[in-house]
Amino acid sequence: MALEVNGKSYEVDEEGYLANLNEWDADVAAALAASDDAELTESHWEVINFLREYYEEYQIAPAVRVLTKAIGKRLGKDKGNSKYLYELFPYGPAKQACKYAGLPKPTGCV
Amino acid sequence: MSTTKKFTYINRKAPYGSVYALESLEVVLIGAAFEQEVQLVFVDDGVYQLTKGQETDGIGMKNFSKTYAALGDYDVNQIYVCEQSLADRGLTLDDLQALTYEDEDDDWAEKSSMNLVNREQLSDLISDADVLLNF
Repeated sequence: MALEVNGKSYEVDEEGYLANLNEWDADVAAALAASDDAELTESHWEVINFLREYYEEYQIAPAVRVLTKAIGKRLGKDKGNSKYLYELFPYGPAKQACKYAGLPKPTGCV
Repeated sequence: MSTTKKFTYINRKAPYGSVYALESLEVVLIGAAFEQEVQLVFVDDGVYQLTKGQETDGIGMKNFSKTYAALGDYDVNQIYVCEQSLADRGLTLDDLQALTYEDEDDDWAEKSSMNLVNREQLSDLISDADVLLNF
């Protein structure tokens, strides 16, 4: 499967995750979101940027429990809870946010 | 309803010659979602999995050694390294990553996850395990 962005073709897997995380940029993120009829706001970007940094440091996408705790620590308690994250990413914060961040589906995603 | 079991993972092999080390790490991370008590044991060539400064460009494999530092986030904070296995390979604890976790019950103080154990302590760990997984 492929995703078209600005005339360039990007390989994605059957669930829409980007095949090569180095190809990712903000336009690709927006296109990945658009394919789910979602629009990225500043609040979405906070989470997406956090995930990119986490992956860079640890080479994995964090499980949702780990993500929630870490977001709370980084962005404040009002954001570090599943209600807030599910409002932003209704298909599941780890799964959906990782997809827009161009990361593989999180390890421990059951 | 909820029973917590003690899961003990024994890691015996060097990180990149086979798939055991990576598979073990992935099972540990997935298993951590079930909030069981988890202990990781590194013995024999398994101690190489935790060495600092791993460089995998030459063998075209992903350097997953960075992922061990995330274990603390997954509440996996009981890491046991066999003293004798290190000594046999001319290594000390200083050659390994200093893995830590933040203690939720102690105002998130950063604490070490690393424990050096002798053969006797190792056999106690193994006999105390409810579930033993060998990699």
